[in-house]
Amino acid sequence: MAQTAIPTGTYDDTDHDEDLGDGHHEPRSFITKYIWSQDHKVIAIQYSITAMAVGLIALVLSWLMRMQIGFPGSLPFIDPERYLQFVTMHGMIMVVYLLTALFLGGFGNYLIPLMIGARDMVFPYVNMLSYWVYLLAVLVLVASFFVPGGPTGAGWTLYPPQAILPGTAGRDWGIILMLVSLIIFVVAFTMGGLNYVTTILQARTRGMTMMRLPLTVWGIFVATILGLLAFPALFVSGLMMLLDRVLLTSFFMPTITSLGERLSYGGGSPLLFQHLFWFFGHPEVYIVALPGFGIVSDLISTHARKNIFGYRMMVWALLAIGVLSFVVWAHHMYVSGMNPYFGFFFATTTLIIAVPTALKVYNWVLTLWQADIHFTVPMLFSLAFILTFVSGGMSGLFLGNVVVDVPLSDTYFVVAHFHMVMGVAPVLVIFGAIYHWFPKVTGRMLNDALGKFHFWVTFLGTYAIFFPMHYLGFVGIPRRYHDFEGIAFIPDSARELNAFITVAALVVGAAQLVFLFNMAWSGFRGRPAGSNPWNATTLEWQTPETPPGHGNWGPRQPVVYRWAYDYSVPDAEQDFLPQNYPRPAGDGLNPEAPPEQGGLLR
Amino acid sequence: MAHQGTAGYTAGPSAQAEGWQEIVTDLSADRKAFRNVPWGKAMMWLFLLSDTFVFGCFLTSYMSVRMSNTVAWPNPSEVFALTIGGAHIPLILIAIMTFVLISSSGTMAMAVNFAYRRDRARTAALMLATAALGATFVGMQAFEWTKLISEGVRPWANPFGAAQFGSTFFMITGFHGLHVSAGVIYLSVVALKVARGDYERKGNYQIVEIAGLYWHFVDLVWVFIFAFFYLW
Repeated sequence: MAQTAIPTGTYDDTDHDEDLGDGHHEPRSFITKYIWSQDHKVIAIQYSITAMAVGLIALVLSWLMRMQIGFPGSLPFIDPERYLQFVTMHGMIMVVYLLTALFLGGFGNYLIPLMIGARDMVFPYVNMLSYWVYLLAVLVLVASFFVPGGPTGAGWTLYPPQAILPGTAGRDWGIILMLVSLIIFVVAFTMGGLNYVTTILQARTRGMTMMRLPLTVWGIFVATILGLLAFPALFVSGLMMLLDRVLLTSFFMPTITSLGERLSYGGGSPLLFQHLFWFFGHPEVYIVALPGFGIVSDLISTHARKNIFGYRMMVWALLAIGVLSFVVWAHHMYVSGMNPYFGFFFATTTLIIAVPTALKVYNWVLTLWQADIHFTVPMLFSLAFILTFVSGGMSGLFLGNVVVDVPLSDTYFVVAHFHMVMGVAPVLVIFGAIYHWFPKVTGRMLNDALGKFHFWVTFLGTYAIFFPMHYLGFVGIPRRYHDFEGIAFIPDSARELNAFITVAALVVGAAQLVFLFNMAWSGFRGRPAGSNPWNATTLEWQTPETPPGHGNWGPRQPVVYRWAYDYSVPDAEQDFLPQNYPRPAGDGLNPEAPPEQGGLLR
Repeated sequence: MAHQGTAGYTAGPSAQAEGWQEIVTDLSADRKAFRNVPWGKAMMWLFLLSDTFVFGCFLTSYMSVRMSNTVAWPNPSEVFALTIGGAHIPLILIAIMTFVLISSSGTMAMAVNFAYRRDRARTAALMLATAALGATFVGMQAFEWTKLISEGVRPWANPFGAAQFGSTFFMITGFHGLHVSAGVIYLSVVALKVARGDYERKGNYQIVEIAGLYWHFVDLVWVFIFAFFYLW
């Protein structure tokens, strides 16, 4: 690459007036370098590997569920209780322990300091603790597979009263471990999240204004703030349910007669739990989606060699979605028995949040318009994300309206909707992002042929899995049912369709093993990548070493002169200008303008 | 060359930026969104924002449970009354506790003031005084818990009325008490480091102010608990 020839701006930060936090923590031994590491890059890899390992458990659980639905009775050990335990653990692992941890703990940790030109997070020690506490949460969660009665089968929403009543699987141990694990997870997330937000706000390099941040950083930033404000509701509801279960308080428990026996509970409100849970649960959807939005914006711009369309509007849309995501939660509760007027309010806000979201989709498409699209694997996954997100979002318009939602509630239509929009779509971004940044993390390219194979099987396969589920939902097939024997209204076509979906799910799951093989093999044997294989502008590709060394930048930190999207600039000698590429004198910009509009730095 | 720089378009000078635009320009300056705010202070503010939501959820849940309850809610003035020297005084212990905690915010503010003046001895002494007042608060809370437990109040039931009275009481005051206890430890550690001269060598006393932020927050939360739980 002509990369080395580019004169780039740096500055010596030895006179850095900043409070260095617990700054200097040069690793001295194998253990401090790879195990108890305070380096954000190592912590990111630890987070990612743990999240993917626990994700494999969720993948196997989904296979088992699909076997039962597609070929009932073929695996005799899947009884109704086990089936519901699989549903619960699959959902909770995917949403919280995989997606949240991978996007924020993994990509957030790796990319934030590199993209903003910092040497590390502001408090590396707290950052390290965040990972180890997260690992503890994962271990407590996984431990519930091995306790008497197994993990909880309450469904990932853990609705009381059923979640803690006798008769629900895992009522003795599983639910306790689940709640404890969630509480620990919130603590871990808070330690990491405070670091991410503070780092982005207060530790950017010279010239890196907020309005020059790559959209990846913006997405992670807004998502982390959502997390810091939404996870408290999960923390509180988890704690209260734990007290209900262990100390027999009745926060969420009404008067109940179970098997002819009146329980000691009374006077609590199950609806209160639903409100608390979804006050966390809906922002959680955007905690998973917004980093994806940000990453996909950068992937599209880089691999289409074109500046992102409407950068400022993309930022404002992220912020608008972030704010609105806190006032839509009760659209998950249309059939809960809450006040019907709530339905009117929350349906309205739900439709309003579609506006900034649609704005982002238009901007991605307009970025691609007449662009020099390179069909690299990250680009393929990005395009697939846009398609999947649009189809998942469209079914959201059905479910957001009360009258349409009521008949569709608790059917496979809902399953199809949320898997498309917050399951498959973010996972596609994660894959694209891994193919994109793997060369920076390891210094080697992932194998392209295996990558394309992985892409096509995953993309077409997930459509084969989830598209037919919309039809199943219209037919009225209920979700979370162990089997459909003897239910008269279910046509034979539904059974055949379920068998088809199961075959597709097995194939897609197997394709993920190819991906894992690709990562393991390419990590050691892949083609050396060089420092900037995609000719990208953002700072993480301009590090003096690949993979970046401890402290990221060598002796001099980079200085930023431009936004992250100077691709295909007319008259420039190459088709991209890195963010630390100095601005020529007299480039027609007003030096008095604010820096994010091209003015000089003050 | 009409290549457009950073945000994709050029705009007027910053001197013309007014109102919201000016705020945006300020916050999006390079390196730091909040100038002269050290990292630790920014992080503490963010933590307190998050913690506000924790206590907000606790108090909202409490209000929701109280309002939707079909069993009569016990009268806090009666439950938390003490008979001292033959006089029956409602809420007397809570009033003293509140006074102690709010006084501790005063000593904390003075400690921050002396930290800015680099007066090591007085800073450390005032911080220890704050911690002592905090410990007194926790001690009185332990007394209050003991009294209620001896009267038969349990998290799952109580003799005065709705069972959720005991549940919310122990949960919310317990969680707040943990915050105070953590603060007492935090303040004591920082006070000892101040006395030892650690920050003299580093050249800044920001940590005193940061610890102060946390302490004032815990104090403020108590005001809300006092208002919503005891006075309602």
